[in-house]
Parts: sequence; structure tokens; C-alpha cells
Amino acid sequence: MKREGSPFKGVGAVALKEAADHITSARMHLVMLLLLLVLGAALYGAIGQIKATTAQNAFLFLQLLTTAHQPLPSFASMLGFLLPLLAIALGFDAVNGEFNRRTMSRILAQPIYRDAVLFGKFLGGLLVMAIALVTLWLLMTGLGILFLGLPPSADDIARGLAYLVATLVYAGIWLALAITFSTLVRAPATSALAALAVWLVFSVFWSMLAPVLAQAISPIDPFDPMSLLNQFYALQDISRISPATLYGEVSSILLDPTSRTVGPVFQEQLVGALVGAPLSTGQSILIVWPEIASMLAEMLVLFTISYVVFQRQEVRA
Amino acid sequence: MSNTVIEAHGLSKRYGRQVAVDGIDLEVMEGEVVGLLGPNGAGKTTTILMLLGLTEASSGSVRILGRDPWREPLAVKREVGYLPDAVGFYDNLSGRENLRYTARLGGLDAAEADRRIAEALERVRLAEVADRRVGTYSRGMRQRLGLAELLSRHCRVAILDEPTSGLDPQSTHELLQLIGGFAQEGMTVLVSSHLLDVVQSICTRVALFNRGRIGFSGTVEALSARVADSGFEIELEAEGVDIRRITEGLAGVTLLDTGVPGRWRLKAPLDIRPDLARRIVAEGGALKSLDAHRLALGEAYTRYFEEVAHEA
Repeated sequence: MKREGSPFKGVGAVALKEAADHITSARMHLVMLLLLLVLGAALYGAIGQIKATTAQNAFLFLQLLTTAHQPLPSFASMLGFLLPLLAIALGFDAVNGEFNRRTMSRILAQPIYRDAVLFGKFLGGLLVMAIALVTLWLLMTGLGILFLGLPPSADDIARGLAYLVATLVYAGIWLALAITFSTLVRAPATSALAALAVWLVFSVFWSMLAPVLAQAISPIDPFDPMSLLNQFYALQDISRISPATLYGEVSSILLDPTSRTVGPVFQEQLVGALVGAPLSTGQSILIVWPEIASMLAEMLVLFTISYVVFQRQEVRA
Repeated sequence: MSNTVIEAHGLSKRYGRQVAVDGIDLEVMEGEVVGLLGPNGAGKTTTILMLLGLTEASSGSVRILGRDPWREPLAVKREVGYLPDAVGFYDNLSGRENLRYTARLGGLDAAEADRRIAEALERVRLAEVADRRVGTYSRGMRQRLGLAELLSRHCRVAILDEPTSGLDPQSTHELLQLIGGFAQEGMTVLVSSHLLDVVQSICTRVALFNRGRIGFSGTVEALSARVADSGFEIELEAEGVDIRRITEGLAGVTLLDTGVPGRWRLKAPLDIRPDLARRIVAEGGALKSLDAHRLALGEAYTRYFEEVAHEA
């Protein structure tokens, strides 16, 4: 049965309203404050570290993102850890909040499809996170120039932008997750807790669970050296279910031109290779393309779940 | 000229085994104000949601302005305004901003929208508080803001679900006056309520809902006539006359004792006040007051549901 009219009518209006709401919300301000404090500290540590060891590396600018100064972790790893928090804060009451405010039936009675509400909420959240990320990136660049006195090269900028896009996709996964919980669960507190639980499992506990699972699936046979490799592959596959792992791999390749692989390297593969020679930006992106595609796939699967559930939901609260 | 605006045939909604709405037929003509009356849970809201295409009907067909709301929801929703039960607004935005948002969703050009919104807010007497956050609004103000939304969208049909529930008598009166005003301007209005005397004042026709069915549909007068055997209740005060003797000669009149000397209450099928007055004066009595009123819809309604419960 065909229905008339475009499902995208009103998406822009919903997205802009959501974005405006987010930007003025106390929730967003709090999470951003946390991000700024933590990332500022990480950056400050990195700058100190780099100043102490200037001569070692040609890619100083990208090192701002990856250098960790104990006990602080690096900018990139901190961002990967905290960004989901921002995404969850923006999405956990996207749908059930409208039901609880009793605005849903009024909005759906406007001449738009339900699609527009969900698309708009997702795009609005994504837009706000894109703004936040660009701001953070520019702040970082500015601080780099100020304290290190060196401007980023074209290649640095290209890598930085690729990293930003990948980060946005990563944030999109968590936003889609939060929105999915907000459609499945009617109480915002419950959906927030559920999303936070998933975040904790994948960013903290998954790296502990993965080896156990890998051992169970593909045990090591002491008389078969290949079983060692098989277990490693199993471990890698299991870890890559977690978006945090995928994102970690992407950022490690994109931000370090000298790293060439995320998997195991064999002796014969290194024959003729100039160890430590940098890759071009395009080549680095090619290496992590499967990871980026997987992240997009995870985001789409989660969004589809919320889409299907939302389309079938009774309007009546 | 009266076109059918809302047309529903055999409309049903089942949730699993439970039947919420059971084969409803409803027709609303242009410019009519129709009240859907019935106790909570009688299927009024479900019917409204099906009319709007917000819930899929299990069976039956709906036509609004000649269109199927399930197939052409955008065209239908452009013409039909819906004010849900206990309408919600974004508390952090002002009344005006809330209306601007829905205007944008409707694809209205910004300048035109602002003009219409200002006009609508003026009309519902919210112009002074329009820029205050909706969080500070009272319930009556929210409902009026809901009406302003329908006005600013220039809807041809308004579907109002329990617009007066939870309002104090003053706000109820105000709201009903506004709704009555819409109807006079040619808007077709469908109002659902469980409060009768409220709806009685504005509706040209009522449909009584009971357990997912429409038990009665017709004008308020027809309802009263059907339910009540005597159409009028007359109260009179007089001195120096024997009312009992006077009313003996009148057909179908029953005299009820009020217990107050000199005051009587009569039930009559017709308005017999002129006749009564003439007789009292002819008998040499002093008529102090004479008052007649139709049996209120509320009474008719209560009796109707008593009847239905009795039959069941």
C-alpha cells in the first residue's frame, strides 16, 4: 500500500529544533564541561611531554592527540571514552521524553510522517556533536600552535579531518543506541541506565571478556602453533564487535602515519619494508576502511531497530 | 450546501482479543459541531486516533474531506487539527516558539507564520504571555495555546479530545466560548468529552459511546426526547390558587410536590407556561414566578446509560 507524500518533510525543522534544544540544555553543558576539562588536561600533558622529547618524531602535530603523559591518557583515547557519554546524554530520552511530555501525539498530528521525527532527532544530535567535535579540534589546533609554535601541515589537517569524520560515526553509533533504548523503554531513567550499561560493558569490560570468549571458542593446542594464531584471530573478531575497539583501531592508524596494520605482522611481510616510514593519508584511510564501514553498519543496524519499533508504536501514551 | 467532512464506516479496533472500538459509523457534515460522549474507556480516543490515521484501524474505512487518512496522511493532517487529551508543549520554549515549531513542521513560510501566530494568540487571549515559557502556563492556558495552534494552521476540521478535562468552571466556559466561535466561522468541530453539560452548550449533534459502540446519534433535543418522557420541567410560585385543580385538565402533566408552600414543580411534554399563566390569573391567583427548562442533556445522558446498563 503506497502512501503519498515525502517521509523527509519536516526533518529539517525537527533536526534544527533538537539541535537548538541540545545546545541550550544544562545536560549538554555539563557533559561538555567534563569533556573540556579532561581533554584540556590530556592536551596539556601531551604538550609538556612533546616539549621534552622534541627531536624524536616528525609528526609532532598528530602527537598532540596521541601522546599520553602519565597518569593522564591521551586526548584521542579520552575522547573515545567520553564521547559516548555525550551521545547518550543527547539521545536517551529522544522518543520516550516526547511521550512523557505528551507532545508526541500533537507533533505526529502535524502534516509530517513519523520518519521525520526520528530522522530529525538523530540528525539534530549528530549535528550538535559535529559542532562540539569541530570546536574541540580547533581548540586543540589553536593550543598546539600557541604552545608548540608549529602550524599543522596539509597532511596533518587531512588526517585530522578523517579522524573527525570517523569520530562522528563512532558518536553516531552511541546516539543510535541511546535513541533505540528511548524507543524501547518508556522511562527515561531506565533507558539512560541501559545505554550507560552497554557503554560500560563495551568500553571497559569487553577487553576483559574477549580473551575468555576467544579461549572458549578457539582453545590453544600446545602441539599446533597455528592454533595460537587462530585464537588471536578469534580474539580480534570478538573484540571488534565493540565499537570502542573499532574506533581505537581507526584512530591509531589515522593519527600515526607510521603504523601499517591493526592485525598481526609476519616476518616475511616485513621483507623490503622501510620500518618507520610514514604512509600517505589515503593509504592509512584504506587500511581502516573496513573498520569505518563496520562502524557505519553498527550505527545503521541500531537506527533501524529504533525505526521499526517507533513506526509500530501506539501513539497513545 | 453541506458536504460530508468526516465519514467512518464499520470502524473497528482490536488489541489482541480486546475490542476497543466495535464497528462505528459516523458522519459529520461541514460546519457541524459534533460531540462524542461517553465514559472513560468507551473508545472515544481510539476512534479519534483512527480518524486521524495515527492508529491503524483493524477494519472499516475512514474518509476525511474525501481522503483516506491512512493513505494520504499528510494531506489529511494539513486540514485537520488535533488537540489531544492533556495536550503537551515544550516547557522550555515560550508559547510563541511552540507554535512556530509546529508552523515550521507544516512547512509554513516564517513571516506568514508569525503573522498568523500573533493573530491566533490574540484571539485566545494569550498575546500578553506569549513570550513566557510554557512551563509557567496554567492548564487552561495550555489548552488555549492548543486552540491557538489549530487557528494558526487555518485548519478546516478541529478534533478536540477532552478539551475541558481538569479545568475550573471559569476556564471551561472560556474555552467553550472559543470553540463555539470557531464553529460559527465554519470550522467543523468534533469534541469528545465525558462531561455533558459542557458539551451540550456547543454541540449541534451528539454521538453516545458505550463499550466501543455508538449507542445513540442525533441532536441534543432528539436525545432528550428519546430518553425523557416529559420534555419540560416547570417551576412556578403562586398564591391564592389551587394548582392541583388547574393542572387536572392538562394532558400529560404530572405535579411534583416541592414541600414548600406556594411552590410547585410540573413535568409536561410541551411548554405549557402561557396556558398555565392564563388559568392561574383566571382563577384569581397571584403568579409570582414561572420558569421552564428542558431536561438537560446531562440528565438524559445519565438516564441513557442507566438504560443501557439495565438492558445488559
